[in-house]
Amino acid sequence: MERIYLDHAATTPMHPRVIEKMMEVMSLSFGNPSSIHSYGREARHRIDLARAELARSIGAKENEIIFTSGGTEADNLALFGAAESYQHQGKHIITTQIEHHAVLHACKKLEKLGFEVTYLPVDETGLISLSELNEALREDTILVSIMYGNNEVGTIQQITEIGQLLKNHQAVFHTDAVQAYGAEKIDVNESFIDLLSVTAHKINGPKGTGFLYARSTVKLAPRSFGGDQERKRRAGTENVASIAGFHQAVIIANEERSAKREKFFEYKEIFQEKLREREVDFKVNGTLEYSLPHVLNLSFPGTSVEAMLVNLDLAGIAVSSGSACTAGSIEPSHVLVAMFGKQSERLINSIRFSFGFNTTKEEIIKAAEETARIVSRLKK
Amino acid sequence: MERKDPQNTRVVVGMSGGVDSSVAALLLKQQGYDVIGIFMKNWDDTDDNGFCTATEDYEDVIRVCNQIGIPYYAVNFEKQYWDKVFTYFLEEYKAGRTPNPDVMCNKEIKFKAFLEHAVNLGADYLATGHYAQVEYRDGEYKMLRGLDENKDQTYFLNQLTQEQLSKVMFPIGDLEKSRVREIAREAELATATKKDSTGICFIGERNFKEFLGQYLPAQPGNMETFDGEVKGKHEGLMYHTIGQRHGLGIGGSGEPWFAIGKDLKRNVLYVGQGFHHEKLYSDSITAVGVSWVSNQEKPKEFECTAKFRYRQEDHKVTVRLLDGDKVEVVFHDPMRAITPGQAAVFYNGDECLGGGTIDEVYKNGERLTYVG
Repeated sequence: MERIYLDHAATTPMHPRVIEKMMEVMSLSFGNPSSIHSYGREARHRIDLARAELARSIGAKENEIIFTSGGTEADNLALFGAAESYQHQGKHIITTQIEHHAVLHACKKLEKLGFEVTYLPVDETGLISLSELNEALREDTILVSIMYGNNEVGTIQQITEIGQLLKNHQAVFHTDAVQAYGAEKIDVNESFIDLLSVTAHKINGPKGTGFLYARSTVKLAPRSFGGDQERKRRAGTENVASIAGFHQAVIIANEERSAKREKFFEYKEIFQEKLREREVDFKVNGTLEYSLPHVLNLSFPGTSVEAMLVNLDLAGIAVSSGSACTAGSIEPSHVLVAMFGKQSERLINSIRFSFGFNTTKEEIIKAAEETARIVSRLKK
Repeated sequence: MERKDPQNTRVVVGMSGGVDSSVAALLLKQQGYDVIGIFMKNWDDTDDNGFCTATEDYEDVIRVCNQIGIPYYAVNFEKQYWDKVFTYFLEEYKAGRTPNPDVMCNKEIKFKAFLEHAVNLGADYLATGHYAQVEYRDGEYKMLRGLDENKDQTYFLNQLTQEQLSKVMFPIGDLEKSRVREIAREAELATATKKDSTGICFIGERNFKEFLGQYLPAQPGNMETFDGEVKGKHEGLMYHTIGQRHGLGIGGSGEPWFAIGKDLKRNVLYVGQGFHHEKLYSDSITAVGVSWVSNQEKPKEFECTAKFRYRQEDHKVTVRLLDGDKVEVVFHDPMRAITPGQAAVFYNGDECLGGGTIDEVYKNGERLTYVG
């Protein structure tokens, strides 16, 4: 059976050029970057090159990039690191109800440690209100964490406006850009961002590597202790091959950004067009105006997500829902709950389709037709 | 009855993470069917440490399905289970009866909601790891006992109808349990040596008394003999099942004491001495909610055998059809400790004819109100 992968927001296939680069580094540069000998220097050089490229990609300086094991670690380092460093200036943190669990669960833990957290609501498109953020800000607010683009519905927050709002406040501004990085052009200076989390595997790089951008003026207590790597902010021998692969992935992402954006926005249109042609009843969760190009979240009234996901998988189409389904427990998506309330039917009938570099128009058409077929069968 | 080629026949296997359903899936896969494993979650028992039996069981389902090479998914029926099975379970206890949630679960969840889900996934059949057999004979589906007499589960499946049986497979029904284990071991399935689950699924290994107490307020009352002599206190009528000796704590000389009946109004538990106490015996019952496997009309009165609890030996009975889905069942020999709320299931040889819920209990034409 031919399969169609439309779950690029969960993870992406590695780009062939990334694999090639990693093979090269794994074969040739196995040294420990901290070693003083030639092997070490070689590995160190690979990391330096990557660090420079990554910094350039967001308008940062090289010493502001901290390599991590991925987005979750970057989020945790940002939140716990900043909270610990600034706790003497206050104990109030602001975030949103639609963050990734890497941020939400970290905030829950911070509450247990004595911090007070405000979870900002969102409107039906998934957007927070700037005035509500302004009202929530207090003298003792030390950290504001607001995600760049949402992984489930794709909504992009007004990051630059938020940055401007916070620029004269003591609070450090963190944004989880795991889903937005690569798809959006990000500049930490234009947007007044202090901390920013990124992972490689969402942009056709390897799993297990990511980075946290930390503005040089921001204090950040480390979470792991050991060697002096990453200026003592993240101990542990660097994942050299993955970092080199990440580097390659970033180069490709920058090269192809505008072409991909155009293509993905067109895919969204085609997908909906096909559904309309087949008279499928659906609603868009989120917005098509300020949204990540590769994420399309649709609600199909009268269907159930469990049957939809399985049927699509059996038809060879890989998609997902925002709900975490582990061992049959359905935890309704906290993002959809924040947008539509606990009683909304959308919580149990929404599917996320997400596109990637190798997604073709033919695949989009086929997936839309298959979706239409399944929806009408389930509604019978 | 026509059957498609196995390759073009999709079978959803209800997988619990136990050895029986693992082997059921394996056998179907070996026979060439298009097999899908689905784990059903009906109950959430997540404890304070985040531990949940379902998570552990699902891990086993994943490992086994990957070994067999079939896709696996999970589905949640917690709400349906609560509404249709657990609510009934509590209501029955409140009414002083001893319900059988497994019968209800098969009727309402496994072979209804879950079967519907399977059909929605394009399945031709739903298979489970039950010890029972389906046979198409004389123009209808028959439900036969599992080959392993010790393991036969038709008692719990007594409510299944022709419609359901036409879509059901029991791949291990013609095997002995020991053979099932052997097959699992030979295939090195992850669940080959896993312990069989015991007890009611949602209670599991936990203390039954403690569990029930979380949902129903226990009302302590007196234990009395039929002569009105108070023999002590009980902690709640729901904790006692007729005919059981367990937990009465009445000392003294003579034969051991048994729970014999309940007076719900006075909240009294009747107790008596001796396993064969005469008040534990009855000679007929009425059963309600009776469902027959066959759609063919039954004679108004017929003889067959019956079981009144799981794993009980068959007893000869005469069944008389009453109005609606009610029957009268007359025992050929008096029976001990018939428990209202449990299932009365009828057999003709190896064939399970159907069954219902034990309602009223009689002796010499008089209703024994003390047993419910």
